[in-house]
Amino acid sequence: MSDLKPGDAASTPNPPPAVPAPPSGDGGAPALSAKERMKIPRQKMPEQPPLERIRNFQEVNLGFTAELARMEALRCIQCPKPHCIEGCPVGVQIRDFVKLVAEGDYAGAARLIKIDNVLPAICGRVCPQESQCEAVCIVGKKQEPVGIGRLERFVADFERENRLTQVPGIPPPTGRKVAIIGSGPSGLTCAADLIRMGHAVTVFEALHELGGVLVYGIPEFRLPKEIVHAEIDGLRKLGVEFVTNAVIGLSDTIDGLMENGYDAVFIGVGAGLPYFLDIPGENLVGIYSANEFLTRVNLMRAYSPASDTPVFNVGGKNVAVFGGGNTAMDAVRTSKRLGATRAMILYRRSEAEMPARIEELHHAKEEGVEVMTLITPLEFNGDENGWLTSVKCLRNELGEPDASGRRRPVPIPGSEHEIPIDVAVIAVGNGSNPILRQTTPGLEFTRRGTIVADNATGKTSRKGVFAGGDIVTGGATVILAMGQGRSAAKAIQEYLTSGVW
Amino acid sequence: MFDIVEARFLAPDVKRFRIRAPQIAKRRLPGQFVIIRVHDAGERIPLTIASSDPLEGTVTIIVQGVGKTTKMLNTLEAGQAVHDVVGPLGRAGEIEKVGTVVVIGGGVGAAIAYPTAVAHHEIGNHVVTILGGRTRDLVILEDEMRAVSDEMIVTTDDGSYGRKGLVTDPLNERLAAGWRPDLVMCVGPIPMMRAVAEATRPYAVKTIASLNPIMVDGTGMCGGCRATVGGKTVFVCVDGPEFDAHQVDFRLLALRNRSYLMQERESLARFEQETAHRCALEGTQERS
Repeated sequence: MSDLKPGDAASTPNPPPAVPAPPSGDGGAPALSAKERMKIPRQKMPEQPPLERIRNFQEVNLGFTAELARMEALRCIQCPKPHCIEGCPVGVQIRDFVKLVAEGDYAGAARLIKIDNVLPAICGRVCPQESQCEAVCIVGKKQEPVGIGRLERFVADFERENRLTQVPGIPPPTGRKVAIIGSGPSGLTCAADLIRMGHAVTVFEALHELGGVLVYGIPEFRLPKEIVHAEIDGLRKLGVEFVTNAVIGLSDTIDGLMENGYDAVFIGVGAGLPYFLDIPGENLVGIYSANEFLTRVNLMRAYSPASDTPVFNVGGKNVAVFGGGNTAMDAVRTSKRLGATRAMILYRRSEAEMPARIEELHHAKEEGVEVMTLITPLEFNGDENGWLTSVKCLRNELGEPDASGRRRPVPIPGSEHEIPIDVAVIAVGNGSNPILRQTTPGLEFTRRGTIVADNATGKTSRKGVFAGGDIVTGGATVILAMGQGRSAAKAIQEYLTSGVW
Repeated sequence: MFDIVEARFLAPDVKRFRIRAPQIAKRRLPGQFVIIRVHDAGERIPLTIASSDPLEGTVTIIVQGVGKTTKMLNTLEAGQAVHDVVGPLGRAGEIEKVGTVVVIGGGVGAAIAYPTAVAHHEIGNHVVTILGGRTRDLVILEDEMRAVSDEMIVTTDDGSYGRKGLVTDPLNERLAAGWRPDLVMCVGPIPMMRAVAEATRPYAVKTIASLNPIMVDGTGMCGGCRATVGGKTVFVCVDGPEFDAHQVDFRLLALRNRSYLMQERESLARFEQETAHRCALEGTQERS
């Protein structure tokens, strides 16, 4: 890393001011004026070079060094009325933790974050900061915003790697028991908050491994599983009980849990059944949902020779991923790492409308992913053995904005064309899982199959049953799911204390 | 870990396991399945629950060793354990008092057909069972099936036991003679289920097949098990595993089940080589 210079030279009008050596003992940030701070350029995240990283599944972003972190933290002007905190769905004390980073108290910064966010190493990696805290950063009005996500990641990693993690004290047991269904972001957050309120918490997970989308969905190169395991271990140390291989609705029911002494239930089972394109030929061999493709590679580690789970050999093949969200980016970048010759994104609108994070799209392009926009698939074709051979598509142009506010794709007549592909991955979102619907009388669902729950509290139509995350929103981000897990925990606490529904 | 209480071969490469899984034993209904992972780096495979004992807290599965995972599972004995068992998954079969029910089990499909035969017997249906196998050794659960059947026919492809021929032969004959059972339930290799569906189709006899596609999670999350039924895409794990056999696209199901044929062959060859190597080594040690 010695050749890495702080800052992005291209966007640096002035050389950065010298940063004093890390503080010894009493710490303290150097006294810089706001003007001086604003002159420090946003520090770049060191990352694996594209040609190297497409040959491995290791993390792309390498994280800040302490020097880079302190330099970045010094860019924060410590606004008296910071907007960043309001931009955070869980209200992390951003200004104050950034100040601690500037002072060199990294573990202190991590502890401050953890008051509001139990999974900082994860959020520092996968939160869309550019549309949340960093979008409203006041420095960002004139310069690039403070790299809050990168700092969050740095302090969380620092604390973990240096074994400075402290197990916070827990109040005496309240004697109340809460069941959490699903060990993804909303469930883990809800569990962490409730255990710190003194309640007994059991988390039920359908799969054999804990973490939900964090382990089956988000690839190793974006979020190493080791980090997810470490954060879950932290919860275990707090006393949270975890049960794997438990599909609530089948292995047991919500009614069964409540009869067995659980005083409240939080449903955070995530989005369910993947949508397909509903076009001819989509059950041909070679066509995956993004969930299946990513689960095979991430959860089941199909990329490793030691794993018994196979995945189609995409080496030297053409892979098309349909969709423009983060999941599509994860899938296409995964196919590149598995050796695909052509790894293509096929998206029906233009790049401007893509829901994927800019960083993900940027990384994908660096890795040689072809981004083909304004394309609508019409039909998959296969050979006599049922294997996919090509996709027939139409070209679109952008029309008037639709209900989502994004410009609608309008097919261009006569623009049919065929693209030869060997593997297709469909990443166009998820519907909901029918298991709880079929087995939980009195629990109200929307027509889309999501659970009807109060936005502020997560309360469902069943007394004592709360819900949050993708099973309520139909598909969003890790941090929004965490935010809902948190507000549900607060509402569960109120319910358990007052007994009032 | 889930302890194996009993393990016994019923036929060459076909082994019955009783596994301790109290919660599954308590909840399970006929037609449902479990997903098993044999070891820490193992794949998830679906296996139908043949029976359960809620008092003892065990479920029984019958495994035919065809690939690496099933062959590895079949090396395990009582006292050992499998890494993960999850279930009961899928929808329970619809068991109603309808009159005469034909239960057809081909090969290890008998294990899947057995709980259905029991349920139809218990509800008071007249159960006619047709069990088939390539050869005598591969006809399994005959005694168990006989105990819950009002009539029993056994066929073998090579004529080594029972009647020579396919399970569809006696079915075809009786249908041609005017017999109209109220329901036919078939489980077994895809060509067999397709043949049964074609046999009953002209007579419009309601026919149910239990599908066994490739699965990963088994809870509706991945869609790997999707099949085409009546021109529509279904997820076998949450919509099934039982479907109207006259509506199932068996050709597609067969093609999809061959998705990983090459990888499966390689994996099996590696496993068998390693096993042979290990046996040879152990043999050497014993001699020395």
